[in-house]
Amino acid sequence: MPMLSFLIRRLLQTIPTVLAVVMLVFVLFSVVPGSIASTMSDDVDPQVELRLKQQLGLNDPVYVRFGKYIAKLATGDFGTSFRTREPVTTMIAKRAWPTLQLIFSAMAFSVVVGVPLGFVAALRPGGLVDSAAMVLAVSGLSIAKFWLGLVLMYLFALKLGWLPSFGYGDGSLKYLLLPAVTLGVSPMALFARTTRAAVLEIMTADFVRTARSKGMSETRVVKWHVTRNALVIILTTVGLQFGGLMGQAVVVEKLFSWPGIGSLLVDSVLQRDIPAVQGSILVVVLAFLAINLLIDLLYGVIDPRIRYA
Amino acid sequence: MLRMIAIVAGVALALAGPAQAQTPRKGGTIRMTAPYGSSFTSLDIHTTQRAQDEIYAKALHRSLYTWDSAEGKPVPELAKEVVVSGGGLVQTFKLRDDAYFHNGRKMTADDVIWSFNRIMDGTKAYPGARFVRIIEGAAAVEKGQAKEISGLKKIDDFTLEMKLTEKVDPGFYFFTALTSIYPADEGAKESFIQHPIGLGPFKFVEHVPGSRIVMERWDKFYKPGKPYADKLIVSIMGEAAARDVAFRNKEIDTSVLGPAQYVAYLADPNLKDTIVDVAEVFTRYMGMNPSFKPFADKRVRQAINYAIDSDLIINKLVKGKAYRATSWLPLTSPAYDKTMKPYPYDPAKAKQLLADAGYPNGFEFEWTTSQNESWGLPIVSAVIPMLDKVGIKVKVKQVETAVLAEVVRTGDYQAFIYSQQSGPDPLAALKCFHSSTPQSACNYMTFKNADFDKIMDEAGQADDTAKRTLLLQKANALLYDEAPVWFFNYNKAVMAVQPWLHGIQKNPTELTHQNAEELWVDETSPAK
Repeated sequence: MPMLSFLIRRLLQTIPTVLAVVMLVFVLFSVVPGSIASTMSDDVDPQVELRLKQQLGLNDPVYVRFGKYIAKLATGDFGTSFRTREPVTTMIAKRAWPTLQLIFSAMAFSVVVGVPLGFVAALRPGGLVDSAAMVLAVSGLSIAKFWLGLVLMYLFALKLGWLPSFGYGDGSLKYLLLPAVTLGVSPMALFARTTRAAVLEIMTADFVRTARSKGMSETRVVKWHVTRNALVIILTTVGLQFGGLMGQAVVVEKLFSWPGIGSLLVDSVLQRDIPAVQGSILVVVLAFLAINLLIDLLYGVIDPRIRYA
Repeated sequence: MLRMIAIVAGVALALAGPAQAQTPRKGGTIRMTAPYGSSFTSLDIHTTQRAQDEIYAKALHRSLYTWDSAEGKPVPELAKEVVVSGGGLVQTFKLRDDAYFHNGRKMTADDVIWSFNRIMDGTKAYPGARFVRIIEGAAAVEKGQAKEISGLKKIDDFTLEMKLTEKVDPGFYFFTALTSIYPADEGAKESFIQHPIGLGPFKFVEHVPGSRIVMERWDKFYKPGKPYADKLIVSIMGEAAARDVAFRNKEIDTSVLGPAQYVAYLADPNLKDTIVDVAEVFTRYMGMNPSFKPFADKRVRQAINYAIDSDLIINKLVKGKAYRATSWLPLTSPAYDKTMKPYPYDPAKAKQLLADAGYPNGFEFEWTTSQNESWGLPIVSAVIPMLDKVGIKVKVKQVETAVLAEVVRTGDYQAFIYSQQSGPDPLAALKCFHSSTPQSACNYMTFKNADFDKIMDEAGQADDTAKRTLLLQKANALLYDEAPVWFFNYNKAVMAVQPWLHGIQKNPTELTHQNAEELWVDETSPAK
């Protein structure tokens, strides 16, 4: 019951956040120069341009357009693309699965590699593994994704011939591996560092010392006390990193010709396809909020002391 | 005796080898790349003028004409015969009776009329409207004053009469995919943009947005034996470095090269033979606004042309991937005058001209530019110190390409750097400088010169091609002298093509736009 009321409260809290984002994007694209008409043709008849803008509602005052947009949005209608004349929801739906595939694979890679790496490093601080792990973490955080992607392409496609260098293919693992690793290296490094810091801090906490003094084995101490407490911090970082991954996916999608929302967003911005831009950003924001809500709910599962307040 | 047989056999094989290599092979997959962005704009080619989209559209659709790269001119494609009458203003098209849409229906004159009426829908701003406007009554449809183009008349299912507003070669107007012929019954349906149907040699199979378009051979294509390949894949690859890896890894058959890669491929003995280049019909220039006082004076505009070492920029910054502009019309234009020489680099003369014009200490202007690597900020940055040398200061205003397009059409600039189509039709290209051409169309510098107008009017009326060419050359020379722009360069388009892909056409209108039915892959292609 407390969980349900927490959920409802959090869902209600997302409404102003979403509205603020929608309004910000709307106002931003109302003031930036350039319009759909200028990207359509080099030689548009001024009368046609006027009529096109009229038809698309671009001549209405900003508040009228915003009101109409919100009214549509409330019914789940994201509008129609200026360019393709497709419903924006259809355009996003076509690209949602590849983006989810990419982001969740990158996240899985970064968690599976980064968290154990941080753990191992923290258990032997100052040792060889710790030093190597931290060098890896710092490098992973510093490397530009574009460059890393090219190096991986060169190595695994051109030199070793193990994987294709680009494309979506049939969406199978061999096409997904290189983009997912490219995208996942930076959060992997961050998770390694965060985990190490969290574990080191918890290892010196009073309750861990008490557990040890009671004669609890080191394995049990790590498993029951250290891991569970560290997981809360790690989960928070994971949640925040989802947002980062969605933003960074734009670069990776373009580099690997991966069909995702990122490339849709970039092209829509360049072509001033406002409904497509607004829809793409909204979906990214909603996904980010949903994942963070899920993580908030998971806190209570991991550590029952955390109440849904 | 055996030795003799062996020699004869050897000679026979040697002779047969090349002959066999030139015989197009049926089957296989062609893997082209679309390098100008991270997606295709739309599957409705009437709605988009991006070069990126025409790459797939050339395989899927057909227009009344097509560009013949070998001949260097547009040739009828969907018409078997074109009869000209009415003093050059009436064109009667005998349409093919063997052209089938990908839904199996035969194309008729109704489809042509329907497609052109659609393009002129005045609420949609279809980019092809600028070509269809040449048909009498098309502008009235665009303005909403008529429902159908009065200058188009169906004589019978396969005969179409077209009345033009001017005496021009319609081939130059109706060869791009912007004027593709759609099936009238299918084109109006909502489903058309998800599953386009055309008349081209390949039919649509799949579109993975942001990744690729897959097409397969259309067996009822009207050219016997063509297309050769079974399948055509156009992969979207906006990143040059990624294309480079994929090309070297033999995953793609074509790759457009930027300046840095052009140099690298030229230097690599394994890759240099893969290079195909052509002088495209695009002129890169800095446009000067005559309403900004210094630019109203011809001497100032000429001084700018003398003050910039264009050759140095082309060689060092553009890495030789461009041809020096001698005036407006590019090398591949039928009216290009080989005897013309570009403005030499002469800062002293530039200073003198500035002093004569009343600017001995130079002046300052604002230069609007995009980020484009070939005709944007990097070029502007290289020019600034050269202009500074003669006393001209530059304030850079950086904008997005979409904004730049609006800036040049509205005249909201002092100077801008741009790449503008300057062909293939020299008459249409130079007409952009005619005083009757509005700024929003293509007279971006609001050029106005009575002598120029007179020459152009004469050229428009000339029936004799040689006479017309001479007049156009004269107009081009006048532009050189008037210098409404800094004549920078003509684009050298460069593409790397795998040795197993044959039939590539050196298309100066856009190298990536290939008539896909001419392409074929031999048995060494890794894509089966």
